[in-house]
Amino acid sequence: MLEERERDIIKALHKDLSKPEFEAFISEISMTKGSCKLAIKELNHWMRPQKAKTSMATFPSSAEILSEPLGVVLIISTWNYPFLLSLEPVIGALAAGNAVVLKPSEIAPASSSVLKELLEEYVDNSALRVIEGAVTETSALLEQKWDKIFYTGSGRVGRIVMVAAAKHLTPVILELGGKCPVVVDSNVNLPVAAKRIIAGKWGCNNGQTCIAPDYLITTKAFAPKLIDALRYELLEFFGENPMESEDISRIVNLYHFTRLTKLMDEDKVSDKVVLGGQRNENRLKISPTILLDVPEDSLIMKEEIFGPLLPILTVENLEDSFAVINSRSKPLAAYCFTNNEEVKKDFVRNISAGGMLINDTIVHLTVSTLPFGGVGESGMGSYHGKFSFDAFSHKKAVLYRTLQGETYPRFPPYTAGKLGLLRALLGGNTFHIILSLIRWLKD
Amino acid sequence: MEGVKKDLEGELEELRETYNCGKTKEETWRRSQLKALLNLLKEKEDDIFKALKQDLGKHQAEAYRDEIGTLVKSVDYALANLKKWMSSKKAGLPLAVFPSTAELVPEPLGLVLIISSWNLPFGLSIEPLIGAIAAGNVVVIKPSELAPACASILATSIHTYLDNRGVKVIQGGISVGQQLLQHKWDKIFFTGSAHVGRIVLSAAIKHLTPVTLELGGKCPAVVDSLSSTWDKEIAAKRIISAKFGTCAGQACIGIDYILAEKRFTSNLVELLKLYTKKMFGENPKETNSIARIINKTNFLRLKNLLEEPMVKTSIVHGGSLDEDNLFIEPTILVDPPLNSTLMTEEIFGPLLPIITVDKIEESIDFIKSRPKALAIYAFTCNETLKGRLISETSSGSVTFNDTIVQYAADSLPFGGVGGSGFGRYHGKFSFDTFTHEKAVLKRIDLLFDIWFRYPPWNDKKLMLLKSAYKFDYLGLLLKALGLKKS
Repeated sequence: MLEERERDIIKALHKDLSKPEFEAFISEISMTKGSCKLAIKELNHWMRPQKAKTSMATFPSSAEILSEPLGVVLIISTWNYPFLLSLEPVIGALAAGNAVVLKPSEIAPASSSVLKELLEEYVDNSALRVIEGAVTETSALLEQKWDKIFYTGSGRVGRIVMVAAAKHLTPVILELGGKCPVVVDSNVNLPVAAKRIIAGKWGCNNGQTCIAPDYLITTKAFAPKLIDALRYELLEFFGENPMESEDISRIVNLYHFTRLTKLMDEDKVSDKVVLGGQRNENRLKISPTILLDVPEDSLIMKEEIFGPLLPILTVENLEDSFAVINSRSKPLAAYCFTNNEEVKKDFVRNISAGGMLINDTIVHLTVSTLPFGGVGESGMGSYHGKFSFDAFSHKKAVLYRTLQGETYPRFPPYTAGKLGLLRALLGGNTFHIILSLIRWLKD
Repeated sequence: MEGVKKDLEGELEELRETYNCGKTKEETWRRSQLKALLNLLKEKEDDIFKALKQDLGKHQAEAYRDEIGTLVKSVDYALANLKKWMSSKKAGLPLAVFPSTAELVPEPLGLVLIISSWNLPFGLSIEPLIGAIAAGNVVVIKPSELAPACASILATSIHTYLDNRGVKVIQGGISVGQQLLQHKWDKIFFTGSAHVGRIVLSAAIKHLTPVTLELGGKCPAVVDSLSSTWDKEIAAKRIISAKFGTCAGQACIGIDYILAEKRFTSNLVELLKLYTKKMFGENPKETNSIARIINKTNFLRLKNLLEEPMVKTSIVHGGSLDEDNLFIEPTILVDPPLNSTLMTEEIFGPLLPIITVDKIEESIDFIKSRPKALAIYAFTCNETLKGRLISETSSGSVTFNDTIVQYAADSLPFGGVGGSGFGRYHGKFSFDTFTHEKAVLKRIDLLFDIWFRYPPWNDKKLMLLKSAYKFDYLGLLLKALGLKKS
């Protein structure tokens, strides 16, 4: 489906988001194809029962852990990467043997409709259904009893999903967002760092990505150099007039456009713009915009930006950036650009986030051996690679005992000898076990 | 009330401060707390026995077997494996992001709440506590007020032995529970009923707190028609011990009901009666080897189960009740009505219904048509039946030819599915349940960069990217040098 209908997918993404073909290819089609191929290759291995070691406490016995499907699962995806964020969990759910209902986002209508048409054509309809719609349809879906719900989107709607899930004691995975910080040290290869920040921010759906760099933190001394490097590379990437560049996505709709312009135009924030700031409501375009030292209590620093605005906060010393980050809720990703090994260590040790990436942005998403998910406000549960399979599986413990063999002294009537033997067996010390056995047999 | 609320906030504030200063992340702190738990279990053993006797009428041997002994085993296991669990794990790295290193770094979640149940008041508080401490969190335990002597001993001994600034026991009833749930937790671990589980889950929504729910269900025991006398004897012993010898049937993984073939049932009933007498004596109330019913509410609930029409007449053994002493005799029933409350709700008491089927394979459909239980038991030598049970039913766990012991297995995840809950613990699973596995990717700083990653986009870059994603490095090189067209 992904191979044969690549053009249809790219066209839909362009219609919904003005997503450049190359972005669409890398971030949606290629990644999803890779996940499919991995699942096909590894499926046998993932499905195999795992032997579990047994101990004195259950001797003699053998044990294993089996993966079994949960049943009928609901996947609710979002609009910024409509194909990736729908299909990646669907791959996991199907690989794990479940039946699936997919509810794509109505905010990307062309993609939603292409998803429905293609999935119905290519995949077994009796096991996978796509249900399109908006709030009404989603609410109706949430009233049903599911064996698992997988939700990607905002914390606000995540809570609504949890309320519905609580009724049926349904486990959920919530892939939310957060303000993903980027700490930039002066000890760094600046042109490369700037390129990677720009690629992660504006090169990925124009900042409308859950793991996009939300804001930068650097030292007061280094900030001017950083801004210059960003300015230079932005020119290289998108040219003199980024509003006209074909290589950058637009803002998805008027609601978000208005939300973003409000963030930019807030009192005490609008005068901090050092680059960009242009907007065109008709074409839903906002140019790459950098702001320096906005107030910490401004709206732009309180909510997840999800757009092409990049605030830079400055601190006296780089270590101060950790307190700035830790004063906010845990993000989905945290980034750090540095060559200093101590800084790298401190960063990993002192910051909690869903995932972390040193000296790059976004790409940890592509590593299928790393779980992708949040912590705290950025979500619960994880997926990608085998983690997707596990996310939609129940790991059933199976213990095999026989009716032969010595009976354990655990039955009444209780005697001191039995209690002694129990102590020894649970304590695991062979010598004590032998002593207690002798004592019990003497009884 | 205001005073209580303020105290509570003060306590939680202290815990958060302890966590933020980083002390609990150190291996030394975690190890010291686990060792302190070991000392607690050894030195306070008599107090624990007394409390369990007082609240539940539990015999020392049962208390040791099911609570203290199992906990000692679990703490030992955690101490032996702590270093390993705490260390980062390397993750395999695909070539797409070469050169880099990738690893999974376990980190604590922060401030966690453990709400435990009354039937194994020490076991169900301390088993998750082991995982929470090993994972480096600060902890509040809210033990059940229905076992007040145990709650009190738990509180005083943890206060004495463990770091008070990192682990607290907060006692109280429903209102204290509700107040606790209003606060922000980084994880809530709940053992108890589905009804309260929903309340906990609803409270967790405000702060998007992840939850583990260890609930219950009707755990069936499929008892095949065994032929050898020895097999039948062992099976009967294990069934009786599990049902009546484990908190008088008030256990989430106790056998709720039996499924047996009609032709085997009378033989089975005889054996069960025989071993009930052998294990608990002619007059079980006098032998002190069976626990009591926890309180009047549950006693009356169980009494009502027996009084429904057609249930009373299906009793084949036992059935006597002593309200003053909260004692119910081990009771066996054969084929009570399937729509009786006894057969629709979790029994959680010493009443053992046997449902008969024509062929044992029918038990599979019977189990499938009911909510998923925490455990399924099967006594059989039939390998085909075992295979079918595993693949055609779903439950937290399956144990063949025994009962309850899976609780003691450190390498098996302990938890439910569907109506019996979600999440799991025991052994390393306890550590994991209170851990965030943080993905860390470190790119090695390159002298050059892959220039075709970046806009402005053109066909050549796309072509190169496509090769790179296929790991077609030769093609990539040739195309980059212009020696090959796509």
